[in-house]
Parts: sequence; C-alpha cells; structure tokens
Amino acid sequence: MSARQKLGGMGGNLLAWGYALIILGPMVWILSNSFKRQIDILMGTTIAPITLANYHQIINSRQSHFLWNLWNSAIVSVVSTLLVLIIATVAAFTLARLQPPRWVSFILLGWALVFHMLPTLTFVGSWYVMFTEVGLHGTYTALILAQVVQGLPMALFLMIGFVMNIPKELVQAARLDGCTYPQVFRHLILPLSLGGMAAAGALTFISAWSDFAVALNLSNKDTMTAPVAIATFAQEHQILYGQMAAASMLSMLPALAFIMFGQRFVVRGLLAGAVK
Amino acid sequence: MATRPLDAARIERANLWWRIGSLAPAIIILAALSIWPVFNLAYLSLADVDWVSGAAVVNFVGLQNFQELFTGEPVYWAGVRNTTVFAVCAVTLQMIFGFTMALAVRRASKLGRGLLTAIFLLPIVIPPIVIGAMWRLLLGRDFGMVNFLFSLVGLPQVDWLGDPRFALMSVIIVDVWHWTPFVFLLTLAGLESLDQEVFDAAKLDVKNRWQELRYITIPLMMPTILITLAFRMILSFKVFDEIYLLTGGGPGTATEVINFSINRVFFAQDRVGMGSAMSLVTIAGVAGMIVFANTVVRRRRKLRAEA
Repeated sequence: MSARQKLGGMGGNLLAWGYALIILGPMVWILSNSFKRQIDILMGTTIAPITLANYHQIINSRQSHFLWNLWNSAIVSVVSTLLVLIIATVAAFTLARLQPPRWVSFILLGWALVFHMLPTLTFVGSWYVMFTEVGLHGTYTALILAQVVQGLPMALFLMIGFVMNIPKELVQAARLDGCTYPQVFRHLILPLSLGGMAAAGALTFISAWSDFAVALNLSNKDTMTAPVAIATFAQEHQILYGQMAAASMLSMLPALAFIMFGQRFVVRGLLAGAVK
Repeated sequence: MATRPLDAARIERANLWWRIGSLAPAIIILAALSIWPVFNLAYLSLADVDWVSGAAVVNFVGLQNFQELFTGEPVYWAGVRNTTVFAVCAVTLQMIFGFTMALAVRRASKLGRGLLTAIFLLPIVIPPIVIGAMWRLLLGRDFGMVNFLFSLVGLPQVDWLGDPRFALMSVIIVDVWHWTPFVFLLTLAGLESLDQEVFDAAKLDVKNRWQELRYITIPLMMPTILITLAFRMILSFKVFDEIYLLTGGGPGTATEVINFSINRVFFAQDRVGMGSAMSLVTIAGVAGMIVFANTVVRRRRKLRAEA
C-alpha cells in the first residue's frame, strides 16, 4: 500500500470517527441530563450535582408508572415478535420452496411490500374504529395485533431470503426419504434458519419496542407503552426535561443490549431487509 | 426408499394441510388488518361518523369529504408540501454523506470497525421518540447544547424549533443525523461486496481516483444507490414520532407533515370521515410512488440484461 493510500485511509477513518462522535455527543448529553435537576438543565449548567431524583420520580412517584409502561412495552413487543416469527417462518418455507400458485405469492408478497412502506398512521384510524367496534380498544390484544401486521412483511421477506439460502437438494433428499412437509420443516428448515430467525426477530422486536404511532392511539392508561409515556413528559404543564431524559435512557436499554450482544444479527437483518 | 401406497396417501394429506396451513395465518392477518382497513377507510370516507356510547353511527354524505379535502383543508396540503420537501432534502443529504463516508472508509484499516458499527447502529435501533426527546433538549432555545456551542464561538442564538424559518430545517437536520448511519452501513456493505478484480483490471485505464469513482465505482454501485434512495425516500413519508416531540407540527404549519394532519383529524378532532379520506388519498399517493419506483428499478434491470 502506498503512503498516499495510507494517508487516504486515515482520512477516511478520521471522517467516520468524527461522525461517530456526532452520534455519541447527543447520547452522552441526554445521559448527563437524566442525572441533573430540572433547575440545572434549565440554567444550562454543564457540571451539576449528580442526582438520581429523575429516575426515582419516574419509577416511584404517584403520577408516573414508568416501570409499568416498560412492562407493557415488553409484553407487546415480545408476544408480537414471537407471533411474527412463527407466522413468517412457516409461510417463508412454503413460499420459497414449495411453489404455491404464482398468483398467491405475487399478491401476498406484492401487497406485503406496499403495505410495509405505507405510512402507519394511514391505518391507525381504521384499526381504531375496528378495535373499538369489537371492544378491543386499549387492550394488549389490539396493540399486539397491530404490531404483528406491521412486523410481518419485513420478517416475511427476511425469512424467505434465509430459507432460499438452504440448498434445494436438502429438501428434495428429505422428500425422497418419505418426509412430509411438516417433518421437513421441523427437522431441516427450522434448525437451519435459527440464525435468520434471530436476525428477523431482532429487527421485529426493535420496531415493536419503538412503536409510537400505534400505541399513542390504541392504548389506554393501563396499557400505555414506554414511548407514549415519554411523550407525555413533554406535554405536562412544564416540560419535565430530566424525567424525559431518564425515561429515554431506560427505554434505550433493550436497543443497547441488542447492539452489545447481538450486533451481527441486527446488521444482518438490516442489510438483508434493505436490499430486498 | 419406497413408500407404500397407504403412506403415500398419508404424506399427500399432510403436505396439502401444510401448504394451506402455513400460508393461512399470514394471509388472514394481512387481509384482516391491512387489506380490510383500506376498504373500511373507503367506506368511512364517504360518511360522517358520530360516536354514540362506543358504537359508530355512520351517515352517508357521498363525496363531500373528498370535495372538502381538495378545497378546504389547507393544513393537509401544507403537510404534503412539507413532507415532500422533508423527504427530498433529508434523503439527498443522507445519501451524499453516507456514501461519501462509505467511500472514504472502504480502504481504511478495519481497526475498531466493530465498535464503529456499534456506534453507527445506535440511532437506527433506539426508539425514534427518544431521538425526538434528545434533540428537543439539544435544540432548546434558552438552554440547549447547540445554542450553548453557538454562543461559545460567537454565533447568534437561534430558536431552532420555534422559529418558522428554521423549524423545518431543524427537523431535516435531525433526520439526516438519524439516518445517515443507515445509508453508510448499507453502501459500505455494497462497496465491500464489489469484485476487487474489476478495480485491479481497470488500474491501467483510469488515471486517478476520481475517474475510478466516476466510471467504475458509481456505475457498479448504481443498483444499491437507487434502491437505498427509493427505500429511504418512501419510508421518510412515515415520519411522525420525532416531529411529534420536536415541534408538534408547528410553529403554525411550518413542520406540519401528512401524518400529523391524519392523526389530528382522526383523533383530536374526531372527524373520522375526513381522516379516512386523507388516509386514502395518502395511501394512493405513496402506493403510486412505490409502483413507480418499482417500475424504474425493473426497467433498468431489464435494460441491463439486454445490454
């Protein structure tokens, strides 16, 4: 490698790490704000006495039940992710390897693609009317169903991609051995697509955990999820900046855990999902 | 292995059940919660809906909602304009910054690449509402970090989110911050999957890095670039969460986006019919864009295959 190329390489790294600092800066700033008193935030004091009051308040005070909100978020995202994974994986095997009628896969996948890209809010109103009419408004069921239909298209595309990577010959060999499709799925496809399921599951969970548009309108006081609770901190009489920051930090934890322990699954899912 | 006739029949039956049973849940979910709502919206858009003790009372008014939407809802159309400006500006900047960074990093040493990826993933995976909260603190007029930094270097204090001249720009900046890492990771993966032999073979023909970029890298990357561009552009019409916390659509209609109008009309003003009409018009518009983008990508692919 010539000296000039080396220099260019260093410049590239410098640029990327500079941008990394621009990403981290705001994160560190909000982290520090979560440990500041409201008065220090409003005064713009950079070095202020550290206090746990914000965390204490959002968890223990009578007006705020942030732990409960986190619990709601957890229930909705875990259940909807599991459902999406099961539905998407069995459908992916059939769509990718068992040649269903062309028009079935064309309509199913075509609509899934369009639906995935349409603004969520264009559907929330209709969901609201539908769920209210059957008495499901404000229930976990309504929130979970809305998350399942939102997460399904992406998971479907990802899982089809992953199943396609399993050699056709393996499936054919298993069929010649007298295996039924359910057996092929259980003993061959399922074990071989666990990695793909982890990637699809990570992405589905992240988007369900982050959802705001649906929960804002379909949840009630008891099923309110963390993002909706964060937004309410901004709508009090006086904006509770410290509590908003503390709540934001807490609701970032699952994302941080994914980055630390499952980075390759997240990256794999993101890249595969975007190119589709 | 030979199967006996009885077994063959059993296998056939199990297979048939699998074919139906494996697709049914996906089809039912999508049909009930994504296709049916479109028809439901079409039905509601022709009506005036009142809520009487939890049940919807529907009075038909024909096309009145649409007529009103096209003549008397300037806020929605301000939203359409803002969303378009937002999408075009934000995505263009993200593409330029992200691709440039990917080009610069491609040949750099891979030292610390894992950590770098981790940091770049952060904005993508944390809830958008948190990003809104974060930037609301940073861009605050009196105590925000950005104005503090401005005061250090003697720049004037700006009311980033409260001044109609700057609000949309601020929202665009936040979105660029949010999604540039995504474009970076995507285009970097694309660059790294390019065949190195092409570059080696072309070494004799290209005079400098610029020519290499212009005649080799960019043409080879075109599919990735186009798909990322279309993908980001269409998805940015989904924007809602960050703006909800940053500006709430204001001041005035400075950062009003389509999703805000729909949300307000549906839920704050309880005008279900008008909300449905807005949703339908939006669905038609975005679906049109998706079909258009799809056709362009397909045509390019076909041209390439013929060439």
